[in-house]
Amino acid sequence: MGKEGGCGQNKTMVKQEQELANRPDNTAFTQQRLPAWQPMLSAGIVIPGFVIIGLAFIGIGVALFITSKNIQVMEMDYTGFEPDSDCFKCSNPEEKNCVCQLDFNISSRFEGPVFFYYGLSNYFQNYRRYGVSKDDAQLSGDLDNFKSPSDTCSPYDTDGIKPIVPCGSIANSMFNDTFLLYREVNGTNELVPLDGKGIAWWTDYNVKYRNPNVTPLKEAFEGTVKPLFWPRPAYELDTSDPNNNGFINQDFLVWMRRAALPDFRKLYRRIAQGDYARGLPAGNYSLKIAYNYPVLSFQGRKKVVFSNVSWMGGRNDFLGIAYLVIGSMCVFMSIVMLIVYAKFKFPEED
Amino acid sequence: MRITERRQRGRSKKKPKETRTVRVHTGHEHNPNRHYANNRIKTTKYTVLSFLPKNLFEQFHRFANVYFVFIALLNFVPVVNAFQPELALAPVVFILSVTAIKDLWEDYRRHRSDTEINHMDCLVYSRAERRYVERFWKEVQVGDFIRLRCNEILPADVLLLSSSDPDRLCHLETATLDGETNLKQRQVVRSFFDLDCEFDPLKFNGIIECEKPNNDLNRFRGYILHRSGSRDALYKDNLLLRGCTVRNTEEAVGIVIYAGHETKAMLNNNGPRYKRSKLERQMNVHVFWCVVILLLMCLFAAIGHGLWVFQYGDKRPVFDVLSPEGAELSPVVAAVYLFLTLIIVFQVLIPISLFVSIEIVKVCQVFFIHQDQDLYDEDSDSRLQCRALNITEDLGQTQYVFSDKTGTLTENKMVFRRCTVAGVEYSHDANARRLALYQEVDSEEEEVPPPGGSLRRDSSSSQQSSRVVLRSLSTKTHRRTGSRADAKRASILSKHTAFSSPMEKDVTPDPQLLDKVNECGGQMDFMRFHGQPVSQLPSDLADIMDFFMALTVCNTVVVSSPNQPRQKVRMRLESKSPVKTIEDFIKRFTPSRLTSGSSSSSSSSLATSRSSNRGCSGLLSSPSAESTLAKLQEEQAALGSAPPRYDGTPRSPEDGELRYEAESPDEAALVYAARAYKCSLVGRLPDQVTVELPHLGKLSFELLHTLGFDSTRKRMSVVVRHPLTDQITVYTKGADSVIMDLIKPPDTGRRQKKLVLRTQNYLNLYAADGLRTLCIAKKVLSKEQYACWLQRHLEAETAIQGREELLFDSALRLETNLQLLGATGIEDRLQDGVPETIASLRQAGLQIWVLTGDKQETAVNVAYACKLLDPEEEILTLNADSHVSVYPPSSSSPHSAAFTVHRLGLVIDGRTLAYALDQSLEDRFLAVARSCRSVLCCRSTPLQKSTVVKLVRNKLKVMTLAIGDGANDVSMIQVADVGVGISGQEGMQAVMASDFALPRFRYLQKLLLVHGHWSYSRLANMILFFFYKNAMFVALVFWYQFYCGFSGSAMIDQWYLIFFNLMFSAFPQLVTGTLDKDVSAETLQQLPQLYMSGQNSEEYKPYMFWMNMIDAFYQSLVCFFIPYFAYADSDVDVFTWGTPITTLALLTILVHLGIETRTWTWMNCLSISFSVSLFFTVSLCYNASCPSCFSPSNPYWSMQRLLQDPLFYLLCVLTPVAALLPRYFYRACQGTLFPSPVQVGRQLDKLPSETRRNILNLGGVEAGSAVRPVPHFLSLGTPSPEGPDENHQRAGLHAVDATEKDTLPYTKDAAKLPPEPRPRPPGDAEPRPPGDDEPRPPGDDEPRPPGDDEPRPPGDDEPRPPGDDEPRPPGDDEPRPPGDDEPRPPGDDEPRPPGDDEPRPPGDDEPRPPGDDEPWPPGDDEPRPPGDDEPRPPGDDEPRPPGDDEPRPPGDDEPRPPGDDEPRPPGDDERPHETSEALKTSAMSASSRAASSPRPPSQAASVQLPLPPDGDAQRVRYCRNSDHAVRPAARTQTDAVL
Repeated sequence: MGKEGGCGQNKTMVKQEQELANRPDNTAFTQQRLPAWQPMLSAGIVIPGFVIIGLAFIGIGVALFITSKNIQVMEMDYTGFEPDSDCFKCSNPEEKNCVCQLDFNISSRFEGPVFFYYGLSNYFQNYRRYGVSKDDAQLSGDLDNFKSPSDTCSPYDTDGIKPIVPCGSIANSMFNDTFLLYREVNGTNELVPLDGKGIAWWTDYNVKYRNPNVTPLKEAFEGTVKPLFWPRPAYELDTSDPNNNGFINQDFLVWMRRAALPDFRKLYRRIAQGDYARGLPAGNYSLKIAYNYPVLSFQGRKKVVFSNVSWMGGRNDFLGIAYLVIGSMCVFMSIVMLIVYAKFKFPEED
Repeated sequence: MRITERRQRGRSKKKPKETRTVRVHTGHEHNPNRHYANNRIKTTKYTVLSFLPKNLFEQFHRFANVYFVFIALLNFVPVVNAFQPELALAPVVFILSVTAIKDLWEDYRRHRSDTEINHMDCLVYSRAERRYVERFWKEVQVGDFIRLRCNEILPADVLLLSSSDPDRLCHLETATLDGETNLKQRQVVRSFFDLDCEFDPLKFNGIIECEKPNNDLNRFRGYILHRSGSRDALYKDNLLLRGCTVRNTEEAVGIVIYAGHETKAMLNNNGPRYKRSKLERQMNVHVFWCVVILLLMCLFAAIGHGLWVFQYGDKRPVFDVLSPEGAELSPVVAAVYLFLTLIIVFQVLIPISLFVSIEIVKVCQVFFIHQDQDLYDEDSDSRLQCRALNITEDLGQTQYVFSDKTGTLTENKMVFRRCTVAGVEYSHDANARRLALYQEVDSEEEEVPPPGGSLRRDSSSSQQSSRVVLRSLSTKTHRRTGSRADAKRASILSKHTAFSSPMEKDVTPDPQLLDKVNECGGQMDFMRFHGQPVSQLPSDLADIMDFFMALTVCNTVVVSSPNQPRQKVRMRLESKSPVKTIEDFIKRFTPSRLTSGSSSSSSSSLATSRSSNRGCSGLLSSPSAESTLAKLQEEQAALGSAPPRYDGTPRSPEDGELRYEAESPDEAALVYAARAYKCSLVGRLPDQVTVELPHLGKLSFELLHTLGFDSTRKRMSVVVRHPLTDQITVYTKGADSVIMDLIKPPDTGRRQKKLVLRTQNYLNLYAADGLRTLCIAKKVLSKEQYACWLQRHLEAETAIQGREELLFDSALRLETNLQLLGATGIEDRLQDGVPETIASLRQAGLQIWVLTGDKQETAVNVAYACKLLDPEEEILTLNADSHVSVYPPSSSSPHSAAFTVHRLGLVIDGRTLAYALDQSLEDRFLAVARSCRSVLCCRSTPLQKSTVVKLVRNKLKVMTLAIGDGANDVSMIQVADVGVGISGQEGMQAVMASDFALPRFRYLQKLLLVHGHWSYSRLANMILFFFYKNAMFVALVFWYQFYCGFSGSAMIDQWYLIFFNLMFSAFPQLVTGTLDKDVSAETLQQLPQLYMSGQNSEEYKPYMFWMNMIDAFYQSLVCFFIPYFAYADSDVDVFTWGTPITTLALLTILVHLGIETRTWTWMNCLSISFSVSLFFTVSLCYNASCPSCFSPSNPYWSMQRLLQDPLFYLLCVLTPVAALLPRYFYRACQGTLFPSPVQVGRQLDKLPSETRRNILNLGGVEAGSAVRPVPHFLSLGTPSPEGPDENHQRAGLHAVDATEKDTLPYTKDAAKLPPEPRPRPPGDAEPRPPGDDEPRPPGDDEPRPPGDDEPRPPGDDEPRPPGDDEPRPPGDDEPRPPGDDEPRPPGDDEPRPPGDDEPRPPGDDEPRPPGDDEPWPPGDDEPRPPGDDEPRPPGDDEPRPPGDDEPRPPGDDEPRPPGDDEPRPPGDDERPHETSEALKTSAMSASSRAASSPRPPSQAASVQLPLPPDGDAQRVRYCRNSDHAVRPAARTQTDAVL
């Protein structure tokens, strides 16, 4: 068939090109003859491919694993759920302005820079209705939205009369425990300086969240009320530093960035100043906690975490292990296939 | 006049409106026809205003769209909304607008073409200006008078009122309407016929009552009511249809009857149909399953959420959000809300873009199919047309092919091959050789130098290979039109005349017959000269004369001259209309004439025509015969036509130049054949046919009536007044089955009876040879008879109600008691590549059924020729007479088991089919048919064809494809899942009804095997991929629900969620779905077995859907949990965590697609990299665009930060590998360990071309074998067409022998039927001595009821009781020693010269008991050497090689003296003949005829007819095969005559 077509074509092409108006174009594309690569899953490709991938993965895995192992992490639960724990007394919701203290010991130097996190468990910041409950325009300093917050904030948009600023459930539920870290130096507790700057995303601090362009800031909040759970209005979050006040308060920013999973930690401070720039020296420490945030009602847990970081972030053995496992599986499969191929010859060889 | 009109209008208003009344538009007041549609056409669907609502309304007919809109609207409900409502609308709006834009564009194109058409000009009569003025088409209104000029296109349906043509004709070209290229004649309405002066519209005062607009092109009825009160009937012959072109007529005037959308052309114009492919149906099931999965997921999550809310009890956690009213949501309410929310979130599972993507891919596939050069036919400069855009993949899943025969398998180029006249056969060997040459030239095309001038083909005089002549002169005319180099020119040459390829036109006359014609002409000339009545001619010569007259006259061929193809040749000498009224009749047939020719054996002669003062022919119309004769002679002299001699006297130049335009190719073939014998049709007018005869010159037949062909009567007749005898003669031409029934009972004369028997015999022979047979008969009417008939005929003609029926009855009354003249055999050659195509389609596992209207023998032989039936097969023939006999009494018998005999072919005829299609039997019929390898339904009506297709499609639940070319295939094409039309010579109706239109049958191979396979495999893979992709993506969100309190939140940003399908992952799969080739086109064609993967839906099986779903869930688990653990216990926020997951999912999906992509072109690479970069670009832009928008996600700068995170890259490397490892491993192992055939094919593709060719050749050989349709290395995973079990069974059944076959239930029950003749006892024939035939007294045959012998003529089959084979001793059939039949007693042959082609009745071979043959020495058959048969394998028939004939000594036929037949004893021939009437009775008295089992003395030399004349094909085949002693396998043919 094909042959027939071929010879006919040549002949007529010359003679009657114009007459054959309906002749299809003879291009590789229209005739579906584009040069193509047909990857065949043949032994020659599959086995070496698997081995190479496997070995590469194992290599990466080892590197990751070692990196991860070098990261130091220290976690302390201070929920006060157990009666014998230090913060048990504070876990009672009736207790106001309760302060508890957590003592701990660092046996060897905690390499710096040390990141100081607080962590919450069983806390659903990713709850859908919770996540929606904010007003981005308001948070970017739009004064109109101060007066009439977005519907998305409902029911935390007004207290019935006045608008709530910042509105919404996220802001309302802002974590408000505070920590002070002391190091026992020669019997006295020396306050470890905690750096609260730059713990939030740079873009959040500089671009996304804006205070209204009103000075003093307080005037902008005229006619509004603070969120129900808040002890202080937004413009008093950090009165000492106007650049850390209002909506661009770093703690607020960190909180507003909702955690992906119900067990999460959030960066509280960095320990990177003065003597502690190289880390926390070995010794006894005590952590003074202003225990304000109730979590026991929903079986939540609170913790503090000290961790240093590597290039790949915090400590996480998983990725290294995953690479190792997948890499070895690749190698294993290539061996299996090798055996299979050896037993059943593949057709091409016939 | 106006007053009358008004009055009449008033009157007609009261009438119920069943008809349309058209009045003249006076121009002074309201147009009386204003309520009829005007001529403006508007094919657009929309207007500017209605576009949006109407288009949306249409789009919402698709359920999916409604669903997506519902979901989008759900988003506007605050309590359940999941996304930004506007955003959620985006995909739906996008999908809807894509479709809307497509629709709009299409509509715009329609609008433009409408405008163009509406603004064409035509001449409309303006009453105000009293002249014709130019108007746009759209301004034409019903009732307007229109003047048409030559070559103008008709703007509306117009009633022809006046024509410049002296015959008051208007010629129309209807190619745009029905594709027929010949001219149609239309006549002026009768009352305007005699109008001498120019038609004046002002004087027209009639009111036209006619039918309401309808779409029947071939029907128009009505009448004109004149002011005088007289009525004038209107016919379809008076109506000029919109869209046709006026030809040959300078000017015509008509009144518009139907305009615009009410014209028949517009009413016939249906748009493309919407079909849903099997794959889509399957897909919809899975879409449904997706919905179920979706609901389950939502339900699960809703319950989970309810519990989650419930666990907190009254203590609301700080993160809980109260309802807007501040109230707490109860867990149940929260769950219900959540359920709805999740439906929105998970909506992606139902792939919104799937439908659009499929449509896009299909359009691309259609484009590629359309572009394929291999499907382009140079001859006609046409390519494949895809008329249905949405069933391309069905082409890859077809299981049953139903094919028409004529024009589909064959070329529909009718070539006159042979004829029998007055019981004598003229084999036209030279003609056969000539045809063989065409074949040869065609096949050796390359050697032929470019063709030069045209050579007139002379008759057989030059015996020395005309091939040499051909080569040296290499004339164009000698080359088949099929040959490509010439094709164009030939088609240009014949553009104006259909059916006029040289092959069809040039008929080499049989010398013997030519002699006789000459002799006859001479004698007539002599007699005329001596004043003897022409009827005194010897009856055989008279028959010959009549035969050619009939060929020439009995048709509707229009004569034109080649210089101006459209200029009809005028031979009119006197103008007169056909007899239309009784008065006219009386006037024209004076009493004296009525008495003159009362008897049919008439004494009427030329002399009697003396009394005629108005002859029908101008030549004979002069007062006396003498002067007529003188005139004749003058004319003859003037023409200079010497007495024609058969050996090549050039025809008169004029004669040679005429062109014939026929409505059907058969007609043209017959006219050309007659012309070869110097009986040329030189002119045809409505009332007169002019014929030029040898010696006699031009004769004009007065054409009294033409009773056109219809498929019910299967015949046509003309009533003429014979110019020589002046008798009223009816010439009838039609299917042999019907004509034979109408022949005068044989008791009228021994000669006639003998003639009938002989002719029947030859007919069978022709049919056996695959020729189309037509019988020619005549009848002489006495004037009284005619008058009597005419009276009722005229009544019928003028009847308004039921005119068709009355005319039909009238025709039936006339066509009785015919006198048989002869029969013709016309060959319809197979198209190129048909056997190969069928073979390869069959290898591809397609069941091929041929449904044809042809007679059984013809069909069977064509089936053999095109390898549909295999000589190795056993043929099961079902010919039943009644309902009961089809019905096997043993209804409970598990006959289906009995039928799984190895390779069975089923042949069933129309009548039996009617029974078989009965409700009670259809299951049985199907059970039988299913187990047969091929099925051949003969004599089936269009309705039966479609019923069969419908039955198979519905009952067997298979994919059917119907292919055909003619109007009779339309219903079948429409019923089948895939309808394919052949854009051949038979008009466009099949094409219009089809989904795909092919130029040639053989293109079906590539269309199905390659494009069908590709389309199917591409779409199947794409759909599966779609499901996978969406499930995988949605599952990610689902897993997240476990970590967000089942609250319906998503870590994937809503933008990604919504646009993932539409943008990020859409292109690569579209490209793959469009371009991917699982196996190369070459391999697919060389290994048709690969097609089975589509038939068995192997690319898309339900389990694959579920496997894909499972894989999707697995992959999503990997893509979810690797990031989950990688980010566990970190300070990651929702979307910083979700974005990598999205990225990973995208990468995984793309790599997955990469694994599934079989061929990588730059387009694939481009699309994948485009997709990835699009994702990153979009997300980078999106994440940088607006810091405070896109609540709730606010993904500001997320992607930017991620890109700085090494963890992100580590995940991107790890996750896709981990996710795809199992699939990749599976693919790798499967491709090596248990590859599917398709994979093997792909591996073959990779091999170097030579190796591949070798393997394929190897495979091809094996593929041909029955048991293993797959080369051994393919067989591993390849199911046989019927599945492995059956395959196995088959192999086992390979050796089943005849006895087992005989237990077939049908045959079994047949045995219970009345005694039947066939089981002739072995000794039965013995009494017949070897020399038995010729001395046998004539009476010998008479007692034998005709129809006895198996030479079953068409009608014969039914009466033959079934079981007729079974009692036959097994040894009789099947172990029959080779040469069993051939050995014919020498004495048997001797009386007849060898090479005499007289048909040997086939039945005669087979039923003959062995004992019968034994006395004959085996070697005696030298006239028909065994080798003669053997070289003719089934496929051999059609391109019958010249060699087949050549070995025959040249003198074989020609030297045969004219009187060859006569010396033969009369009884000799009769035996095999049988009249059809006789057949009817034959069954009953069959027993008596056993003795006669006549074998006509060896006509064995008939080289090209190795088939026995009776055309009992299957039996013949059997005989032939038995020559191949190599194949001992059971080969009885089971004549289950039910």
